[in-house]
Amino acid sequence: MGEINKQPGRLRAAPENFLSEAQIKDVAAGRRDFLRKSLFAAGAAGAALAAPKVVRAAEGDPNILENPPWTTSLGQPVATNPYGMPSKYESQLLRRESPGLARVGGASVSFCPLQGLFGIITPSGLHFERHHQGWHDIDPSKHRLMVNGSDDSLLKKAKVYTLDELMRLPSVSRIHFIECGANTGLEWGNVAVPTVQYTHGMISCSEFTGVPLKVLLEDCGVDYKKARYVLAEGADGSSMTRTIPMEMVESGEVFVAYGQNGEMLRPENGYPLRLVVPGVQGVSWVKWLRRIEVGDKPYATKDEAVHYIDLLPSGQHRQYSSIQEAKSVITTPSGGQTLLDKGFYNVSGLAWSGRGRIKQVDVSFDGGINWQTARLEGPVQNKALTRFNISWVWDGSPAILQSRAMDETGFVQPTYGQLRKVRGTKSIYHNNAIQSWKVIESGEVSNVQVL
Amino acid sequence: MFRFSKPLFVFALFFGSTVAIAFENYSGVGRAATPAEVKAWDIDVRPDFKGLPKGSGNVERGNELFEEKCASCHGSFGESNEVFTPLAGGTTKDDIKTGNVKGLSSGELPQRTTFTKVATISTVFDYVQRAMPWTSPKSLKPDEVYAILAYLLNLQEIVPADFVLSDKNIADVQKLLPNRNGMTTDHGLWPGAPAKKGGIGNGGKPDTANKACMKNCKPEVLIGSTLPEYARTAHGELADQYRSFGPVRGTRTLGPEAAKKAANAGTLELATKSGCMACHGMKSKIVGPGYSEVVARYQGQTDAESRLIAKVKAGGQGVWGSIPMPPNAHVKDEDITTLVKWILNGSK
Repeated sequence: MGEINKQPGRLRAAPENFLSEAQIKDVAAGRRDFLRKSLFAAGAAGAALAAPKVVRAAEGDPNILENPPWTTSLGQPVATNPYGMPSKYESQLLRRESPGLARVGGASVSFCPLQGLFGIITPSGLHFERHHQGWHDIDPSKHRLMVNGSDDSLLKKAKVYTLDELMRLPSVSRIHFIECGANTGLEWGNVAVPTVQYTHGMISCSEFTGVPLKVLLEDCGVDYKKARYVLAEGADGSSMTRTIPMEMVESGEVFVAYGQNGEMLRPENGYPLRLVVPGVQGVSWVKWLRRIEVGDKPYATKDEAVHYIDLLPSGQHRQYSSIQEAKSVITTPSGGQTLLDKGFYNVSGLAWSGRGRIKQVDVSFDGGINWQTARLEGPVQNKALTRFNISWVWDGSPAILQSRAMDETGFVQPTYGQLRKVRGTKSIYHNNAIQSWKVIESGEVSNVQVL
Repeated sequence: MFRFSKPLFVFALFFGSTVAIAFENYSGVGRAATPAEVKAWDIDVRPDFKGLPKGSGNVERGNELFEEKCASCHGSFGESNEVFTPLAGGTTKDDIKTGNVKGLSSGELPQRTTFTKVATISTVFDYVQRAMPWTSPKSLKPDEVYAILAYLLNLQEIVPADFVLSDKNIADVQKLLPNRNGMTTDHGLWPGAPAKKGGIGNGGKPDTANKACMKNCKPEVLIGSTLPEYARTAHGELADQYRSFGPVRGTRTLGPEAAKKAANAGTLELATKSGCMACHGMKSKIVGPGYSEVVARYQGQTDAESRLIAKVKAGGQGVWGSIPMPPNAHVKDEDITTLVKWILNGSK
C-alpha cells in the first residue's frame, strides 16, 4: 500500500513516528548511519525549532501537543467570500469527461464525482452535465415560456409567461434524482471504465422548486380528453424536444422548475427554467425550457427516434423508453480506490427507482452468494436518491462487493446475466445491472462484472 | 379573490389543491400568445407531418448546400465518423423493401448510422430545421431543408439523383425508409397510459424478474469481465480524483511515463476547450489541416513556433486553402504557446 500507510494522527513507537517508510526499512535492516546524519542536519538547520519537535513526537501527535496557526491566530472576517466556495483542500472532486466518449464538448457529458459525495443532495456545482448543442447563460428578463397546442382544439388559449409571472404562481419543492438514460451505458458489453464517477456519474439529485405543469396547462384551458401528450422544447441551439405523457402532468408530478437546492438553477442545468419529469431519464427534463405544446400524438423527435432508442438482439429498437428502473451502486469503497488498512469500514452507496420509493437495499461481500440488508437513511423519498449504509470489517482477504435495490413495486435490480438475456449488449440505454467492486489483498478496489 | 362569488370561494377553500383549476384563475399571470409568436416558435414536425412547412428541394441543390454547410463535420457523403457518428450508409436495397435494416440483427453492421435507425423522415426534417448547422442552428430555410434531405435520401439510394423532395411527396418517401419497421414500443418503460388504452407500451411491466434471495443464492461467482489494463489509466491519475484523506485513497494509476501522457491529454483537452478540434484533426484535415500535416510543413524551420503562435492568434488564410482560420483572441497567450509547442512535438 506504500504511501497509503502514511495516515496522519497515528502514533507509532519512535523512531517510526518521524521516519519515512523507506527509512524504517533501513533501520530494520541495521543501517542506522543516516539517522545520526539526519538528526545532526536537523539540529544544524534549525536547532531551536526542529529538535524539540523530534523529541516531543514521542509524547504524542504534534498536531495536538502544539497548537496549529488556526488555533493561535485571528481568522478571516465574514463575507470574505460573498459566494462561498469549497475548502482549498477539496480540489479533487470535480466534474470530469470520459476520454473518447464524445469528440465535441458541446455534445458531451461530464460525470458527477459520486466517489466522494455524501447523503443524497448533489452540490449544484458538481451536478452532471449533458448538453446537446452547448450551454448558454440566458438572460432571465428575456426568457419566455410559451404554451400552445398542436391544434387549436386542444387548448383554449395559447399563452406566454415571463419569469416574473411564473414565480408568482403556487410553487412546489421536491427532491428528485435525474439520471441520463445512457448512465452506465459504457458498460453494457464489458467493464470499460475504472471508477464510479464514470460508471454511474450521469446521475444527480437536487431539491427543485417550480410550478406544476398542470397549473399552466389548465390556465391555458387544456382539453385533457384530446391532448394526451406534451412536447417540451428548449431555448438552446438544439431546441431539444421530448414527448411526455399527459398522465404524468395530470398527476401533478411534472413541474416547471426555476429553483435548485435553494438558489436558481445553474446555467449548465437549464437556467432559468427546466422541466422536472420525476423517474424519467434526464433527456426529458428539457433545459432552458421555452415551449410546451400539447398534442394528440407522440412526436418521434431526434432524441426519441435516432438517439435514446434501445437496440435489442432482434434488431428492433425500443422507442419511447423513458423510465429509469430500480438501481443502486456502492460509492465507498468503489473502483479506483484503495482501502487504508484492514478493519472496520462503513460501506455506503446510493439507490433509486423511477417507479417510486426504495424499499430495501441488500449488500453482498462475496459476489452475490449471500446478502445482508443495509440501513436506509430516511426519510426515503419518492423518485429520489436514497443513501444506504452497512458495516463491514475487512479481514484483508479478497472480496466482491455488490448492492441490490428493491423498490416499492417489489421490483428487484437485475444481474448482468439477467439483463443481457433480454436486452443483449448493445442497448446503450437503461443499464440498471448490479455493480460489482472487487477488493484484492493490497486493498485496491476495481471494477468487475459478475454475471 | 374579489372576483369570486362567495360560494365559489368556499368551494376553493375546501378543495383547493385537488379541484381542476378553472380557466384564467391566475389573474394577471401570463398573456395570450400572438399568432406571429406561435408561428415563430412552433416549428416542430410530427410523423404525420403536422407542422410541415410548404416547400421543395432537389438532390443537386442539396449536394451544394451539404458541401457548404454540413460536410466539414459530416464528410461530403455523410459518412464521416470524425466529429459525429455517420449519417449515411449501412443499409441495402433489400432493407428498403423490408423496412428492417438486416445489419442491426446480423451483427454485420460495424456502426449504426442515422439511416440504419430512423423510422420517420419527419424526425430528420424537424431536427435539421431546428438544430442544424451545428454553429448556426435555425438558419436554413424550408426549401434548403428539403434539398439537404433529398441529397441524404439519394446517398442512401432511397430516391434517384433527379429527385425533388417536397411537402407533397415526403409522406411517400417515409414509406421507403430502410428501418421504417424497426421500432417497437412493446416495453415497460413508458410512464403513461399503455397501448391498449390508446397510449404506448405494455403498462410498465418490467422485462427482468430478479428475486431478493439472501442466503446461498448461487453455487459460484462467475466473473464476466474485469477492467482492462489500458482502461485503468485511460482516465488519468485516479489518486487525484479522490480526497487526500478519508476511509480510502484514490489508487495511484500512472507511472512517470503515463503521467507525461496525461499531461499531453491535458493539452488535448485545452485544444478541445479552445475550439481547435472543431476544425483540425490530429492527423488529417477537417476544415483546417491536421496537426501532423502542420508538423510536416514546418519541419526544420527554426522560427516555426513563433510564426505559428502569431498565426493562431491573428488568424490567417491561403497556406492550406481558401477557408480562413479565424483569429483566436479568446485563447490566452500562454495557452496558445502551450498548444503550438504540443502540436510541433507531435501532439502525442
